[in-house]
Amino acid sequence: MTILSFTDVGLVLLVLVIGASTIFAREAFDAVIAFVVYGLLLAIVWVRLSAIDVALTEAAIGGGMTGTLLLGAAARLRSAEPDSARIGLAVRLAAAFFCALVAAGLAGALLLPPSVIPTLAPTVMENLVHTGLGNPVAGVLFAYRALDTMLEKVVLLLALLGVWSLAPNSAWNGIPGLRVYERPNSTLTFLAQLLPPLGIVVGFYMCWVGANAPGGAFQGGTILAAMWLLVIIARLEKAPSIGQPWLRIGLVLGPVVFLAVGLAGLVLANAFLAYPPGYAKPLIVAIEVALTISIAVALAMLAAGPPEQVQQ
Amino acid sequence: MNEATLFGLCGTALVGLGLYGLITNPEPLRKILAFNLLGSGVFLVFGFISRRAAADGFPGDPVPQAMVITAIVVAFAATALAIALVLRLLAQTGRASLSSDEPAGASRDKGNS
Repeated sequence: MTILSFTDVGLVLLVLVIGASTIFAREAFDAVIAFVVYGLLLAIVWVRLSAIDVALTEAAIGGGMTGTLLLGAAARLRSAEPDSARIGLAVRLAAAFFCALVAAGLAGALLLPPSVIPTLAPTVMENLVHTGLGNPVAGVLFAYRALDTMLEKVVLLLALLGVWSLAPNSAWNGIPGLRVYERPNSTLTFLAQLLPPLGIVVGFYMCWVGANAPGGAFQGGTILAAMWLLVIIARLEKAPSIGQPWLRIGLVLGPVVFLAVGLAGLVLANAFLAYPPGYAKPLIVAIEVALTISIAVALAMLAAGPPEQVQQ
Repeated sequence: MNEATLFGLCGTALVGLGLYGLITNPEPLRKILAFNLLGSGVFLVFGFISRRAAADGFPGDPVPQAMVITAIVVAFAATALAIALVLRLLAQTGRASLSSDEPAGASRDKGNS
């Protein structure tokens, strides 16, 4: 065994132990903290699997954004009455047995690979030249599986509609009930003044560089959303009411541009979501910029939660 | 065994752990956490599948990687909706529990429920 594989074994053990502690921790709050750490460790695992795009997404969304949401929820659920319902030992053992069976079955499927390993990598690399992109993952996301990527944005919007529709009638068009940090002149205020300029540059850089290197609309949009949330939580800027026209336009901008380019492809390139030859890269970059803005607004609003107070 | 297989097996163990938490933990927030753990285990299995194509001289198959990126975003959307539902349940009933029984404080005969 080389040093490297020792690191890998250690990393896997850490991931498993911290993953298990999100399940077995007594307090929900401890479990959420463990989950954030788990998300960041998982990002390192993705780097080791040479999937840098996935690592960035996991660190930003899987660890950071989901962690923010869960932390807020855990803080609010502290006021809830503890659930006295406990599950009996026999049921626990049976569940453990069947879960182990599922895991073992999956492991068996991994360890017995098919004789011909199915892969689309050579096809992707062969045709990547036509898209003008240098990042094969971006090529898959925006050229070969563009419909997936577009519908995923629609899923984000649908989830946001679902969250908003949980608001009581009187709070519709109100301000999201995000917990704000109470104390002024704290380190948080300082960081919320210092970080956003850097974060905005990094976010747009991520979006731009995504065409040729790891990065892209998802990762860039998440960073922009995080910067916005930071400013809101530090009380430097109020959360917008959900009825603001600019907010709604920002939300649908990405999917609308994507759909418009897709429909134009029907006329100019003979297929829905096909790009006319020679124009693939500029069109993809335009879609990515619009998507980055929409993702940033949608993620920030999802993290901010349903509206609670009506604007004065 | 190479490192990709090791991470793939880690993913299968996480699927088992997450599934166990999803079944046995009564609190909705913990169920959401377990669901995310299960999901990330499945994503790691995808990572293994992507890396398996590296035998042909590529760093990894970009198709499973792109699918995982989409999946992470969709899992986040589902988590956000689930958390909003739990918080609404808390606002509505004062407790966050999925059991249909009355809260522990209420002394009602359980024979009728």
